Amino acid sequence: MKRLAIAGGRVFDPEAGIDGLFDIIAMGGRVASIRPSTGDMEAFSGDGWTLVDATGKLVLPGLIDIHTHLREPGFEYKETITSGVAAAAAGGFTAILCMANTEPVNDCASVTRYILNKAAEALGVRVLPIGAVSVGLKGEKLSEMAELAGAGCVAFSDDGLPVVDGALMRRALEYSLLFGKGGLPVISHAEDPSIACSGAMNEGPTSTRLGLPGIPSAAEDSLVARDIALAELTGAHLHIAHVSTRGAVELIRAARKRGVNVTSEVTPHHLMLDDSAVDGFDTDAKMSPPLRSRDDIEAVREGLIDGTIDAIATDHAPHSPVEKDIEFSSAANGIIGLETALALTLKLVNEGILPLETAVKSLTSGPAKVMGLAMGQVKIGTDADFTVVDTEREWTVDPKKLLSKSKNTPFAGWKLKGMASHTIVAGEVVFTLKD
Amino acid sequence: MRLKKKDLLGISELDPDEIRLIIDTARNFKEVSEREIKKVPTLRGRTVINLFYEPSTRTRTSFEIAAKRMSADAINISISQSSVSKGETLKDTAKNLEAMRPDCIVVRHPVAGTPHMLSRHLNCSVINAGDGMREHPSQALLDLLTIMEHKEEVSGLKVTIVGDIAHSRVARSNIYALTKLGAEVTLSGPPTMIPPGIEALGSGGAVTVEYDFNKAINGADVIMMLRLQLERQGAPLFPTAREYSNLYGLSSERLKGAKDDLLILHPGPINRGVEITPDVADGPYSLIIDQVTNGVAVRMALFYLLLGSSRDDRAEGNTSEEDG
Repeated sequence: MKRLAIAGGRVFDPEAGIDGLFDIIAMGGRVASIRPSTGDMEAFSGDGWTLVDATGKLVLPGLIDIHTHLREPGFEYKETITSGVAAAAAGGFTAILCMANTEPVNDCASVTRYILNKAAEALGVRVLPIGAVSVGLKGEKLSEMAELAGAGCVAFSDDGLPVVDGALMRRALEYSLLFGKGGLPVISHAEDPSIACSGAMNEGPTSTRLGLPGIPSAAEDSLVARDIALAELTGAHLHIAHVSTRGAVELIRAARKRGVNVTSEVTPHHLMLDDSAVDGFDTDAKMSPPLRSRDDIEAVREGLIDGTIDAIATDHAPHSPVEKDIEFSSAANGIIGLETALALTLKLVNEGILPLETAVKSLTSGPAKVMGLAMGQVKIGTDADFTVVDTEREWTVDPKKLLSKSKNTPFAGWKLKGMASHTIVAGEVVFTLKD
Repeated sequence: MRLKKKDLLGISELDPDEIRLIIDTARNFKEVSEREIKKVPTLRGRTVINLFYEPSTRTRTSFEIAAKRMSADAINISISQSSVSKGETLKDTAKNLEAMRPDCIVVRHPVAGTPHMLSRHLNCSVINAGDGMREHPSQALLDLLTIMEHKEEVSGLKVTIVGDIAHSRVARSNIYALTKLGAEVTLSGPPTMIPPGIEALGSGGAVTVEYDFNKAINGADVIMMLRLQLERQGAPLFPTAREYSNLYGLSSERLKGAKDDLLILHPGPINRGVEITPDVADGPYSLIIDQVTNGVAVRMALFYLLLGSSRDDRAEGNTSEEDG
């Protein structure tokens, strides 16, 4: 049986209450033992052993990204499942959830199976598909959610687009209660298009100065409010994707106090960048929801720290120059994020903005709990998914060197600290950082 | 003197001395258009491309005439599609134009920032002839020239801009130009047409917003009326043109008590009877036609200051050193 040892590192899992120097041993892809490190590597050097020397490094439960766009099938020129999985592994992610807005849309089991087959060929990071709420993302008819769940979808979303029709959203939430324990989550991309209109960035002094049509926070707040009301009505699990406004944070906080089953996520870019990043008309600063104000950044940070927001998710959205190197208002929304999320989160830790505990939970146990996945903790008997982090590694974001097929990142040139040195899935090392 | 810039993308990037240089140069070029032979050889052999992604008669013609009076070769390209619908990136567009070796591209585009994006890929000069709701620098400069022909000092003037400020690149460029030269600017229109943070475009509290039209024009030295751009309204900004006209239409009735030396400007084309009544548009305070004349002079000055090399004989352009 294959044996793997992650030895000599600081194992940190705030959810399980583990923090110290431990050796983790995995057998047959599962965690077999966790014991205080002796510093002796000899024991793991024999035949059949794979040794990950984590001395001086941080060993975390495998990172989970609950919001990515892998673009396959349909948009393979932007990303393939293979390239996306490679980017995820390099970014330290052991599991990623991929959105349904492919072509064809992941609204039937055959597309789900196609994605899972491609992911199996890619050999590496776990790929968990999210099924569409509505057929073709058209917002008209419910997709066959039971068939999707049966094929392996772990949640439902029309992400990229809001579910505009309130009745459809209500029924999707109700119907989701059929699946699993307490239902599968329905993920809302909350933006009321009748308020957002043709906006290209956050509405405020910067949009006024740049002469670009704005999207007010109210577009997000109003749909978050509606969806919370529907979650309250139905008792189903609502997950709000990429929260970007103070209003949304406050609505979610109040709803959770009332016991509404609502969870949420925030992206690294909404934690770090405000709408002044659009200055100079850099289309890599264009995304949905748009980058907001400093006050909104403060609010999402507070929400993450106090537990209102459960997870950091990348909203990894690859686009080619054909979609990005064009007029700002016509340019596609979104940026890549799999390979920068960990270092950006650690930047917030290093700057004293996020406690390390919050940062780690937000990338591991937090997202696992949101999606009801048996992952994200260091625990005997569970899948041996780990991320070993070289927290001292300094690097500069160079889009050309990123493994994602697309290069649309507003963080190009940023000097960051911290990188995954090993990504381990089911006891196999799927990524090793080169010196 | 030349502008130490490759491009003119907006008034926001000019300092007061550069604005004055352009105005002074334009004053000198104005004379060329009064000659029998309306041409100077200053820019002979230079190529100007007017690249218009929006329909325009006045501005495009003005740039074309200006280029021709400077002896430059002017070519007009009208494009109704954005690059996205052509499957071409802006970089592709820029590189293709560059390959034809123009000296200057005058660009108008419905999306703010497109001239910036083009200029990043172009070695030739780029003049912004209007980008989305952001800036229309040559319009503000011709407005300024028109005002300065009647007022000795811009500093201290009370200028009221009226209309759809939110969608107006003319308003934004004028706010920058006027406040940089020390004018006090009042913006007036219904709240739906006043964008958030517009006051911040002027420095030092020089910009105020007054919804009440009568209060806004009280004591004004200059009133600048904006065209009600019905074609650009994607959202319900106002109920009807009739109600708008009742609230913000400039009529002789409203001008009772106006200063004797009041100036009325409008970037055109005017909606007669909507934002301005015919008697006011054609009345004694109106400089609307002067603005059009001055537009040619300002654009000649811009070509000269961006493209004219030191080898050229300045006298031919009637621009002497002391002007700068």
